[in-house]
Amino acid sequence: MSSTSTLHEHTRQDDVHLGETKVVRLKHPGRWLAVAVIVLIIAMVIETMFTNPRFRWDIVWSFFLAPQILDGLRVTVTLTVIAMVIGLVLGTIVALMRLSANPVLKAAGFAFVWLVRGIPLLVQLIFWYNISALFPVINIGIPFGGPVFASFNANTVMTAYTAAILGLGLNQAAYMAEIIRGGIQSVDEGQLEAAATLGLGRITTIGRIVLPQAMRVIIPPTGNETITMFKTTSLVSVVAVADLLYSTQLIYARNFQTIPLLIMASLWYLILISALSVGQSYLERYYARGTKRNTPLTMRHHIGRHYGNLRRLMAREQNFPGGRA
Amino acid sequence: MSTVPLIREDAAPRKENAVMSQTAMVRFSRVSKSFGDHQVLKDITFNVEPNKVLVLLGPSGSGKSTLLRCVNQLETIDGGRIEVNGELVGYKEKAGKLHQLHERDVLRQRMQTGMVFQNFNLFPHLTALENVCIGPVRARKQNRAEVYKRAHALLERVGLGHRTYAYPRQMSGGQQQRVAIARALAMEPELMLFDEPTSALDPELVGEVLDVMKGLAAEGMTMIVVTHEIGFAREVADNVVFMDQGVIVESGSPDEVFNNTRHQRTRDFLAKVL
Repeated sequence: MSSTSTLHEHTRQDDVHLGETKVVRLKHPGRWLAVAVIVLIIAMVIETMFTNPRFRWDIVWSFFLAPQILDGLRVTVTLTVIAMVIGLVLGTIVALMRLSANPVLKAAGFAFVWLVRGIPLLVQLIFWYNISALFPVINIGIPFGGPVFASFNANTVMTAYTAAILGLGLNQAAYMAEIIRGGIQSVDEGQLEAAATLGLGRITTIGRIVLPQAMRVIIPPTGNETITMFKTTSLVSVVAVADLLYSTQLIYARNFQTIPLLIMASLWYLILISALSVGQSYLERYYARGTKRNTPLTMRHHIGRHYGNLRRLMAREQNFPGGRA
Repeated sequence: MSTVPLIREDAAPRKENAVMSQTAMVRFSRVSKSFGDHQVLKDITFNVEPNKVLVLLGPSGSGKSTLLRCVNQLETIDGGRIEVNGELVGYKEKAGKLHQLHERDVLRQRMQTGMVFQNFNLFPHLTALENVCIGPVRARKQNRAEVYKRAHALLERVGLGHRTYAYPRQMSGGQQQRVAIARALAMEPELMLFDEPTSALDPELVGEVLDVMKGLAAEGMTMIVVTHEIGFAREVADNVVFMDQGVIVESGSPDEVFNNTRHQRTRDFLAKVL
């Protein structure tokens, strides 16, 4: 990608003169054909959006800022944040367990990841929600007749919301553990030795040397995980947690305007995920410091560049940056 | 080079006023070490005196780097003992038994020794200045302002006053290695270990690193240097040890080892590296 764009920097001049000889540029008829097809599809979509009355845009907008929807949105955002925080903290612990020299910790970390990743999240959510069928009373204590430290009634503790947090959080922890483990393993052994010779302890070495470097590898997939989690929270509608999707479902169950309301919910998902993507690019930029001689571009620069490409395409067919068409 | 000293004059308690029987800075006695079935160190015994420079020579696989790494416990030995500054490395002797040291004590022992690696091993996410400061601030828990002041002076001293805020990737190999030396010195060690410090450098950049090391030697730092730079060994070393296949083949002053070589194996090696 970068080599292609540098290559094209040279061909971007308006006129190339090689001595007296006239330069005839290479034509790209295939690109124009592709553009024509895309434009046609866009035109069709726009036409139907504006002329098909069944879209009911009036309903889309009238519910867009409805209190139930905003409440649902709040639940969705909160669940995402909580699941990601649990995922990061528990995931880091599990990752360190899996990298531990202690074989028991190692095996426990592996077993956790294996179990949680191996069972569909939907199944886990329903399972946690119905845990009281298995354990009507939850006792925390020493098994086989030992003392009991705490005792809960499962039905009061395990609300739909708790089940959702537990299911999403554990699931996220399992995935994050693998991402964090990969990040930690990507840090060169020499870094640990250098830290050791400076007398830095284990905790300091992990916190100050290993994790900051692992972040560069951990952040991009974590951004993807956050985006995925934001959409995955919609699964909690099966246990009747009033997230964005469930709130939407409640409304169209009454007025039967299924499509307009789903469009409305989709718009909210798209808006928030776009915002997350922008945040992700800034985070990546921050953690890439010191790893490249030039800091990578932010979203703003990317948009500026693509806009520039588009303008050039419209101005002169020859200079469309190729390679991806 | 500049007149600012690389090491503090009052830094290391010099051995003149220490216990009589403990004159050596490093004492290797009958050290042995194996990786699996392969014995890399066999019965190594020698001393490094304070304020002296010892150069370890030998072909790759001779065990010289391993020996160096045993001194600050990056590797553990299987037999014999190593003492640094009169203190047994890695163990505590109590009632006729050797007790393995806790992490805290291992770290304390390591802080007495600075190490410079072949691949620099600077922390890429920290600037030159932060690389130099992290040890004293985080491990020695010294006052941050004072450490930063000293770090500025150290970087100035290794000729990198203008690269203070550069990240390692933005520096040449020679500059990185000089930052690595400053980083080790910031801990105010009593002993410096150099593991082929110039082997990863372009030939043109070797000189600037060796100059810093010569300055350090001139100021009386005790150093163990694994290197293939015979010129440096001739000029700076007080003692030279030649190792092959885990044993010391020959040792002595640079003049003895280089000009009056006794063993054929040493002669063959020197003929190849010179």
